[in-house]
This record gives sequence, structure tokens and C-alpha cells, in this order.
Amino acid sequence: MSDVILSIKDLKVSYGGIEAVKGISFDVKQGEIVTLIGANGAGKSSTLRAIAGLVKPSGGSISFEGEDITAADPTEIVKRGVTLVPEGRRIFADLTVLENLKIGAYLRHDDLKDDIEWVYSLFPRLKERSWQPGGTLSGGEQQMLAVARALMSRPKLIMMDEPSLGLAPIIVRGIFDIIREIHRQGVTILLIEQNANMALQTADTGYVLETGRIGLSGTGAELLSNEDVKRAYLGS
Amino acid sequence: MQFAVSILLSGISVGGQYALIAIGYTLVYGILRLINFAHGDVFMTAGLILVYASASMPLYISVPLMIVAIAALGFCIERVAYKPLRSAPRMSVMISAIGVSFLIQNFATYYTGGLPQSYPRLPFLSESVVIYGTSTKWVTIITPFLVVALVVALQILINKTKIGLAMRAAAKDFETCQLMGIKINSVISFTFVVGSILAAIGSLLYFTNYTQIVPLSGSMPGLKAFVAAVFGGIGSIPGAVIGAFIIGICENIIKGTSFTVFSDAFTFALLIIILVLKPTGLFGEKVTDKV
Repeated sequence: MSDVILSIKDLKVSYGGIEAVKGISFDVKQGEIVTLIGANGAGKSSTLRAIAGLVKPSGGSISFEGEDITAADPTEIVKRGVTLVPEGRRIFADLTVLENLKIGAYLRHDDLKDDIEWVYSLFPRLKERSWQPGGTLSGGEQQMLAVARALMSRPKLIMMDEPSLGLAPIIVRGIFDIIREIHRQGVTILLIEQNANMALQTADTGYVLETGRIGLSGTGAELLSNEDVKRAYLGS
Repeated sequence: MQFAVSILLSGISVGGQYALIAIGYTLVYGILRLINFAHGDVFMTAGLILVYASASMPLYISVPLMIVAIAALGFCIERVAYKPLRSAPRMSVMISAIGVSFLIQNFATYYTGGLPQSYPRLPFLSESVVIYGTSTKWVTIITPFLVVALVVALQILINKTKIGLAMRAAAKDFETCQLMGIKINSVISFTFVVGSILAAIGSLLYFTNYTQIVPLSGSMPGLKAFVAAVFGGIGSIPGAVIGAFIIGICENIIKGTSFTVFSDAFTFALLIIILVLKPTGLFGEKVTDKV
């Protein structure tokens, strides 16, 4: 269970001359929950977007299961089993809940029935709302839908960009329960969060990003008790 | 009575022909937020291709060939003129569309030598029929049925198939579509191909009523179909179809009065009124509020 499936080496991402990610390296092992934490503008989202193929890195390499996927196209990356739950959920508001799930499995050509049942068992709320347009769901439900949609592609690695953003604390706890549940079912998770406390409690390994570089790393528990992390991110 | 029937019949027929063009505008707008100004000229090209193809081939070959050629033309226009501008400001794409429009018109002028080309007589469609004492061509009767059948087929395509699902999703969010593994460029190309095929079918019906085609034959019906699409709420297929029928019928009613010369002016006056009173059109995009 300790094979590295995702390996990032010296990754650099820039937007019009401004370097958002300044050469970071980290590995994600099979079956782990890895979290990147950091303040706004630390380069967390850019890192995930580069892995998903939405932005082309300006340097460095990304490999998944030993194969180079740097600057591959997003379709190719999804095909290999890497999926991103984007920041702000980005569900398709005009499509029904069921259609949102089906579009998550766009690249699959097999029968989706079992998987739809499976995600509905993870998120019973979505089953009740199967025929509603995605846009009519509450924020928490939309987040569930975004996660469920990503699961429909049967990913090996699921990346989540701030799943707790803008949600009430009780909903956030629910989301993290789901993350743990997905993890128990064998999906590797790369999570980025501003809610460092919840993220580090959940994660096996954590990295702290500061203005485009990795400042600290360690297990979730180590980082939780680290004085610098406490001061900067945990508000104590 | 006879007069009313004849006006209504030709109004519905012309409306149906506008509808087939208007769908092309609305489909492309829905996905790219682009008014494809070259669409009317694609429509004209469909007519010209049939003129030349039917000169050397029987119609049962030249008509399908023309439809395939127009689908290919739509595909190429998108790939050459719009795709490279995918991340450019919308204004640049629009200027590119106007450029393509002029290019097609001028190429047609060059190729035809600017001379009107006579449109082939299509069997059956051009034959006369008498309805309620009014003599008309079969095309007038067939158009509305064909349009309704095509619109139903299109709705099934969009609402029930996987590519239709991708089209609806792409209309809202390219980036998230890519995260689902959807090849956005294929979806856009497909949209152009569908729109062009409908324009090609529309050209068969439209030009049957006219004896000749000139390189500018596409611009007036193109503009009117565009007005119809805006009137119905651009981006909405039922809107475009209903808008087109309304414009077709009103135009023919006006043509039946002593204000004939104002029939085109009416269409554009309608556009101004719509833009002032209800900019989103009759069936403009509804915005789902996020909770």
C-alpha cells in the first residue's frame, strides 16, 4: 500500500509572468489522504489545476503511476484515473442531479447502474433529489454532488479543491466524513484546504505551502502539533 | 378567405425556412456565445453548391453531396476561424465571423462571376398543388412538417444522447466539462456540423421558391433568421423556431397589404423593440439561482 502513485517534481506554474507555484515536489502514495494547506495565493489551486491538465506547467514534471502526464490534456488525465473536484463545486446547474452524475462518467462506456447506486448509497440526499436541477440544491448538497460526480469516473486519485469552502461547520464535518468513507473504499485523496484543522486531522500526510513553495511537511498529527502551523493556520 | 390562406401558408413556409437557419445561430450562440455571422453565407453556399453539383449529377446524388459538403464547410470554418481564438476576447471572434462572411461572399462572387445562377427545379417540391382554392408549391406544405420533425429530432439529440448532454454542459462551463473528460473542441465542431446541416436543408426549401441565387442571397434570410433567434431568446431552440414562424407570418401579412415595401423594415423594427423591451427574448435563458 505504499507505492507512490502521483509524483510531483519541481513543479512550476506561472500566469502571464507571475509565478504562482515556484518549484514544489511531493509524492502521493497509493491509498493515502494527502493534504496541501496554505493561505490564499499560496499556489494550492494552481498545483491541482496543473495536475488535472487545466493549466500547462512552466516547469517540472508530474507523473502518475510511473508515467509522465506533464502537460497532457485533461481528457487523457481523467482517462488515467485522476479527477478533480473543482473549487466552488462547479456543478452543472441546469442539468439534473442524475445528469450531473452521468456526465461525470462521460468517458465510460459500460453500464453505470451499479455506480449510480453506489454514489446514491454514499449520498442518500442526492437520491431524493435525483430529478432536480443541480442549481436548486443547497451548498452542501452541491458539494456532495460535485464529489459524487467525480467518483462516477471511477478515479484512482481524487483531488479536491477546498471542499469545505463556504459551508456551515456541521456540513463541513459531514463532507470530511464522506472523504474518510471514500478513502476507506480505496480511493487515494489529494485534498487542499484552508480549513487546516479538519484537513490535518483527516490526512495521513500534510504539506504546508507558502507563496509557491513547500514550507513544512509531515504527518497530519505532526503538523497539527507544530508551533508554526498552529500560529499561522490554526489560530492558536 | 383564399387570400388569407395563401398569406398564412406562405408565412408558415417562410417562417419554417428561417427557423432552420435560426437554429444554427442559436446552437452556436448557446455554446460559444458567438453570433456566427457567416451562417447566412453558409446557407447561400449550400444553394450554390447544389446549382453546380446538379449540373453534372442527378439530384439524388447531388443533394446528399451538398449536405455533406456544407457540414464539412461548417466544420472547417469553426476550426480555421474560431478555434484559434478560443481564449481571445469575444469581440475578436465576432470580427473573425464577419471576415468569414465576407470571404464566402466574395469567393462566391469570384466563382460565379457575379452572375445570378439559376436554381435547379427540384422534383415534387417545385410541383404545384391547390389548397382551399389557393395554388401553391408542395414545398410550402411540406416545410412546416419537416421543420417540426427536425426540431423534435434535435430535441431528442440534445436531451437524450450523450453528445447532447455534453452540449448542454459545454454551454455553461468549458473548464468543468474538460474535468469530466469531455473533448470540448469535438462538441463545438459537432454543434457547427448540426447547424450547417440544418441550414443546408433550409436552403433546399428556401431556394425552391426563387429561381436564382446571387452571392448575397444568404445575407437577408440570414439576418432575418438572426432576428428570429434573438426574438425567441438566443440560445433557445424552441424560441428560435417560434420566433422564426412569427416573423415569417407577420412579414407575409404585411406583404399582403399596401405596405409591402415595409416588410423587411418590420422585421428589424421588431428586433429593436425586443432589444428594448425584453433583451433576453421570448424564451431567454433562465438563470437558475444558486442557493
